[in-house]
Amino acid sequence: MQTLEQIKARLEAGVPGAQIQIVPNAGPANQPSLLIDAGHALPAARLLRDDAEYRFDYASNVTGVDWPAKVTKEKIKIKRVVAGLEKEVEETVEKNSPAYLEAVYHLYSMARKEGPLVLRLRTENRADKVTLPSLTPIWRSCEFQEREVFDLFGIVFEGHPDLRRILMWDGFVDHPMRKDYVAPTQEVAA
Amino acid sequence: MISAEIHNDTSALAEFEPASLDHDVLEVAMGPHHPSTHGVFRMDLVLDGETVVKLKPVFGYLHRNHEKIAEQNGYLAAIPYTDRLDYICSMTNNWAYVLTVEKLAGITVPERAEYIRVIVGELTRLFNHVCLAGFLLQDMGALGTPLMYAFREREKILDLFEALSGSRMMCNYLRFGGCRCDFPEGWIARAGEVVSNFSAFLDEFEALLTDNEILQARAQGVGVLPAALAINAGVTGPSLRASGVDYDLRKVDKYGIYARFEFRVPLGKNGDVFDRYMVRILEARESLKILEAALAAIPEGPILDPKTKLRGLRPKAGEAYGRIEAPKGELGFYLISDGGPKPYRFRVRPPSLINLTILEDLCLGHTVADVVVILGSIDIVLGEVDR
Amino acid sequence: MLGSGIIKGFIETGRNFAESYFVPERLTTVQYPEEQLPPHENTRTIPFLVYDASDPAVGLRCTACQICEQECPPGCIRIVKDTTKKPDFVGKMQFQPAVFEIDISVCMGCGICAEVCPFDSIKMDHVFNLCAVERLESMLVRKERLAKSNDYFRSIHPREAREIDAQRGEEKAKAEAKTRAAAAAKASPATNPVCGAAA
Repeated sequence: MQTLEQIKARLEAGVPGAQIQIVPNAGPANQPSLLIDAGHALPAARLLRDDAEYRFDYASNVTGVDWPAKVTKEKIKIKRVVAGLEKEVEETVEKNSPAYLEAVYHLYSMARKEGPLVLRLRTENRADKVTLPSLTPIWRSCEFQEREVFDLFGIVFEGHPDLRRILMWDGFVDHPMRKDYVAPTQEVAA
Repeated sequence: MISAEIHNDTSALAEFEPASLDHDVLEVAMGPHHPSTHGVFRMDLVLDGETVVKLKPVFGYLHRNHEKIAEQNGYLAAIPYTDRLDYICSMTNNWAYVLTVEKLAGITVPERAEYIRVIVGELTRLFNHVCLAGFLLQDMGALGTPLMYAFREREKILDLFEALSGSRMMCNYLRFGGCRCDFPEGWIARAGEVVSNFSAFLDEFEALLTDNEILQARAQGVGVLPAALAINAGVTGPSLRASGVDYDLRKVDKYGIYARFEFRVPLGKNGDVFDRYMVRILEARESLKILEAALAAIPEGPILDPKTKLRGLRPKAGEAYGRIEAPKGELGFYLISDGGPKPYRFRVRPPSLINLTILEDLCLGHTVADVVVILGSIDIVLGEVDR
Repeated sequence: MLGSGIIKGFIETGRNFAESYFVPERLTTVQYPEEQLPPHENTRTIPFLVYDASDPAVGLRCTACQICEQECPPGCIRIVKDTTKKPDFVGKMQFQPAVFEIDISVCMGCGICAEVCPFDSIKMDHVFNLCAVERLESMLVRKERLAKSNDYFRSIHPREAREIDAQRGEEKAKAEAKTRAAAAAKASPATNPVCGAAA
């Protein structure tokens, strides 16, 4: 399989206007991923499936991840002028990570026995802008899995042929796999 | 290229025209209380007489939110819950999970433990495949005889699992970096006996079933799955190989020590129910070869990586996707670690759920009786579909 | 010939039926409860607490470290530490549990508590034909019902009990040897030089 940099370059050439980033994966598993902007995900996916060099014909796993807003404090050393002398001092810098929902796709090629290629799509926020393009028209295996991501996380997939809840019952409100989901407590009759 | 636009159009019913003016379609809910739906599973059928016009699978009756429980409990405590995914094949569920954690945390596995994993994994595949043949015949009306013969053989293997891990079905046996405990005395000899007698049992089983005219009439040409649709819909496991696609993760990923064993991958030609049944029987025979080789070659040594931690495992921040060839298909786990003692995201990629994607495609145009047989041949367990 | 497959099948079922009268592998029914299969050593159903000697109040191995409570996946164990300590088998003072309860309607018999216990105190039992007539009180097993003697443990887990007894015997012997050496050193101290004595 080509490296992620090569795939990124090919996608940027084949899908004009696509914004693609490589998301590193720090652990020993060595499975970094490609972050694609929602507007160009569908043509990019079609290229990955149809291009003779890649032929990613099998979408193995589609899942959602909830990233709520987080404030991380980092200690950095910075040069500042203290009492007339330039010194290196330690300062605490606060970093605000944005809140979003993410859909992660693991692609394999059955024809070339290659993979995995990990794609990521991110929504704009966790509240009202939660739409992403559905990749079900490209890979039919995304059909039930995207329904599950909609059911449990709340990402609305545009272009999905039958987007409705799959695991929770039809009248259910809220999305259980989100980090801020509060399960209703059960009052046991004494 | 197959696209999803073909069969999931909800306006199909509006366009349907009945064959004559004085009959209408019948909507039937098959399940969730049903002896042949392999668990609490419902199919909303729309029937024109006996012919299926539309089929929508409905599940979630067994949803226990396994993913959130694992995210709240930690890495070690998630292992007993993975037993309960595909509750028939607990050893392979354990294996897929510990394989992913080992990928995530960079833990190695000693050789004896790898052999043990292959032995228990292939024993699981053996009884899963013969029990599926038994259940398929049960659904066809064989009143339980093939099923009871399959269960008789499965009892011997469950007895082995109980002697080894303490429990027949919920084994909770594999750990990060190896296995929980070593074989008790005499286990390898008893396992060798079971394996050497199994081949004779498979001959009897095939003599009972394969040439049976009723099975052939009900299974051949029914529920044909074209290879291109199978690949696009993410079907894996014996159902994919019955459609002629050569994709077995033991040969593709070569996880564990499978590269050391000689076995063939049986492929089907037509992709119908009969091919899915035959591929499983042939795979059971290949599993016997692997088992004989593994039982003979297993070395002495430790069964757990000495550096691995049982409690308080904190893998470095990162993510991993690990998969194995479970008896039902590709069982994958996707774990994201944030450096803490609990996984940030724990995801099970269930083969049974994804194999159900094409259920409607396979059943359209067939009769209700065929729906039961087709569902049986896909091999689902609701514990895995719903988690 | 049409039907030859079915006839072949009948031969198989006929063979299974006829041989079930005299070939043991064909008739696998065990007439429970008159006949019972011998249990395996590793079988696990619900946990129990091991106590040494004859009195659980004195010999209970549990030191209320609460590791099993933390690691239990469904969280069915509840431990409350006692305020007083008691000596363990080497004489060291250890905590003990005032309350040790397991809700066996929640317990899934996974055995992780027994795996992580550092004191060989909680082990998996073999009892399976338990019965209760109501769903709440009788499913909460308290310390008194959980405590079973080491002799019982040895009867159901012979190999494991043998290993643990041997190990504990060694540790006890080492501790006793240490106390004896310390007592001997105290009884006859080295002679001290007296002030003013000639060198």
